[in-house]
Amino acid sequence: MSSTTTAGTAPVGSGDVVVRLRGIGKTFPGVIANHDIDIEVRRGTIHAIVGENGAGKSTLMKILYGVQKPDSGTIEIDGEQVSFSSPSDAIAHGVGMVFQHFMLADNLTVLENVVLGAERLHGIGDAAREEIRRLSATYGLDIDPDDLVADLGVGARQRIEILKVLYRGARIIILDEPTAVLVPQEVEEMFDNLRGLKAEGLAVIFISHKLDEVLSVADTVTVVRRGTTVATLPGDSVTSRQLAELMVGSELPSPSTEASTVTDVEVLEVADLCLPDPAGGRPLLSDVSFAIHRGEILGIAGVEGNGQAELVESIMGMRPAATGRIELNDGDIAGWSTRRRREAGIGYIPEDRHRQGLLLDAPLWENRILGHQTRRPNVKGPFIDRAGARADTERIVEAYDVRTPGIDTLARALSGGNQQKLIVGREMSGEPSLLIAAHPTRGVDVGAQAAIWDHIKQARREGLAVLLISADLDELIGLSDTIKVLLRGRIVGTFDPARVTPQQLGSAMTGATEEETQS
Amino acid sequence: MTDSRMTRIALAVAAPVLALVTAFVITSVVLILAGDDWLGVWGQILSWPSNRTMVNIVNSATVYYLSAVAVAIGFRMNLFNIGVDGQYRVASFAAAWVAGEAWLPGYLNIVLALLAGMFVGAMWAGIAGLLRVTRGVSEVISTIMLNAIATAVVAYFLRKVAIRTEGSNIISTKPIAEESRIPGIPFLGGEIYGFVVVAVLVGVAYWVVINRTRFGFDLRAAGQNESAAVASGIDVKRMILVTMLLSGAAAGLVGMPLLFGQDYAYGSTFQSGLGFAGIAIALLGRNHPVGIALGALLFAFLDQQSNPLQILLDVSPDIVKVTQGVIVLAVVIAYEVVRRYGVRIEQRQVAAALDAETREKEVSA
Repeated sequence: MSSTTTAGTAPVGSGDVVVRLRGIGKTFPGVIANHDIDIEVRRGTIHAIVGENGAGKSTLMKILYGVQKPDSGTIEIDGEQVSFSSPSDAIAHGVGMVFQHFMLADNLTVLENVVLGAERLHGIGDAAREEIRRLSATYGLDIDPDDLVADLGVGARQRIEILKVLYRGARIIILDEPTAVLVPQEVEEMFDNLRGLKAEGLAVIFISHKLDEVLSVADTVTVVRRGTTVATLPGDSVTSRQLAELMVGSELPSPSTEASTVTDVEVLEVADLCLPDPAGGRPLLSDVSFAIHRGEILGIAGVEGNGQAELVESIMGMRPAATGRIELNDGDIAGWSTRRRREAGIGYIPEDRHRQGLLLDAPLWENRILGHQTRRPNVKGPFIDRAGARADTERIVEAYDVRTPGIDTLARALSGGNQQKLIVGREMSGEPSLLIAAHPTRGVDVGAQAAIWDHIKQARREGLAVLLISADLDELIGLSDTIKVLLRGRIVGTFDPARVTPQQLGSAMTGATEEETQS
Repeated sequence: MTDSRMTRIALAVAAPVLALVTAFVITSVVLILAGDDWLGVWGQILSWPSNRTMVNIVNSATVYYLSAVAVAIGFRMNLFNIGVDGQYRVASFAAAWVAGEAWLPGYLNIVLALLAGMFVGAMWAGIAGLLRVTRGVSEVISTIMLNAIATAVVAYFLRKVAIRTEGSNIISTKPIAEESRIPGIPFLGGEIYGFVVVAVLVGVAYWVVINRTRFGFDLRAAGQNESAAVASGIDVKRMILVTMLLSGAAAGLVGMPLLFGQDYAYGSTFQSGLGFAGIAIALLGRNHPVGIALGALLFAFLDQQSNPLQILLDVSPDIVKVTQGVIVLAVVIAYEVVRRYGVRIEQRQVAAALDAETREKEVSA
């Protein structure tokens, strides 16, 4: 699959190409993180790189910053081909990175933080102080070298991080999700700073999945999807709706819909589900109501961070603050513990399998027990039934085609796709009546993806109710019987996947045209 | 037994061996730099122990073993119970007081005192557990502080209930009556603590509960990956509290071999510092009941064999503290190195197995 660069003309405010990535590829065991990445960044521009979580943005930036080496492709900085083996190589070539999480010592002054690790450049005294003042004035960063970091707000800390990379001589600055930690006014200030950097002839690479912000500041936007660059567009002539479509797009094998198996027997009913924000902001979920029937797959679409994870965790009983009614097979489960809900027949494929789905340093058969540690064949009374659990793990490995040398292999050693197949097999055992699948094919290879789709369709034929959360619109449209769109913790639209287009879903997801969504 | 299991066992043995070698080398360097007779020191330490020393090694190892198991229970779920030291002192004092009061006759008195000790140890550790669960206080900090508080609390209550030995400054609880002492077991012409039997039972119980029960699975799962444990339905807060209570109860047994087999009272001279040795031994033994037993024997062996160094070679026996310290540091590093190596080997095995599978399919196709 080749990249489809749709921008033929040079974007506004362009200069020489300072960064040129060609055919960059990076493979981890069993997962292709990046392939055929082509990006050109010009001097004096802000170049945004957008894509869903897991699309491969972080790996790409780690490659550009020398944290990881690409398996294929070339990197050119100022026309010279380079090969970075560490971030210090990258800095030596003028590439600096500002991480999402600040790396500042609170009890030191700005000056001390900036010179830390770069003492050779301008010493640690007045020369360094002078240089910081000069940079601050040149780029409008408004930073006093003698302030104590502990006294400064988040916005100022971020400017210190930017100043740190400038101090080290960066001409190309990568910012990883810089707005995630800022409030709206600070975002505006930071964008002004970025424009200042641009005006001084620096190149800024800005990683984000917040489309509106990207459009307000970027000269050029490159969209990354499933590990590769799918389009590069000028920032002033593209809409957030177009970007959303490109981000979730339609290309790889898409699951095909089958004849409806939906019955009128309600398995899960959620009514008026609310979840307040512990930090006191907008509620994470507001009045979410829906029902899933036997043999039905309900798809939840939405841009990441609009309440999907919270919805799943509320149904699983992992969010005690959630209010509202949750009924499973006509029994109210709202006050139940996670374990009791699982025992009542909820299978759960979590969105982050390393965090929530596996014990990475335990063998496969112990992972088979996880989440099912109160049920046969895993336990007999208070004891673990090793023979039973091992035999059943063999069954899952066989039936779900988990590629492994054996069931004593540690979960960590398997590829993402095989880990996920094990989880799917585990969650389908014990005769669940409801399966919650959050991003079931994220980060898995194409083969495993098709297999997992088949298993979910099989589950539906067998009469399970399935709640499917996905950022991949093809997956949602191909598998679901109904699609609901979640935006800012509310359900803002219900669609029939047989008739909806990715464009319609895309606009509902971004809230661009809310009135159109009630189709 | 599969290949990957064999590899794992081989790797598990490799790490401590590596650590021991490193420790011997570094200790030798220290001895040489200090101008001591390093060959003589090793000659003494590595000589075959006398029967009397053997008895001492087993006795000392028994106490270390209990302490390390108490620490290991916490380690299995990622809790660093640094407070075993305070817990066993509070518990030993409580047990000694109960046993000294002799409310029940004979062996019943022992049982009552042991239960009292375990209960008090559990409660003392439970304070840290409760603080962690309700207030998010790190158990590392709270247990260290509780160690200091334990010293003061025990000293205070000891003064309340103690009797003073005639013509001495040593104070202690009432001695335990003859009929409520645990008799020794004859061993190489001497006697080892009868409590060694209890220590072995504790080890077996630890292994069974951790490895073979649902509760143990929950505990290990919570220790390995807390968010996965939550998603699997484990009440992690409850597990933290229960684990601290169990760890404290086990810590409550640490002083019992001394109390019922040697001192028969808790006094100002009661052996302290056993909890810290337990941390080192639990690390060395990888929290495995057999590994801990070997680690406890090794530490006891080094302690006992170094005792005569001062007299024989004019070298302070404290040199083995250097050895022990280096062993623990080296073993932590060695385990990590070996773990990474193991993961790499395993990934390669997986890849190799899958390649073979693919080739088979291609051939048959």
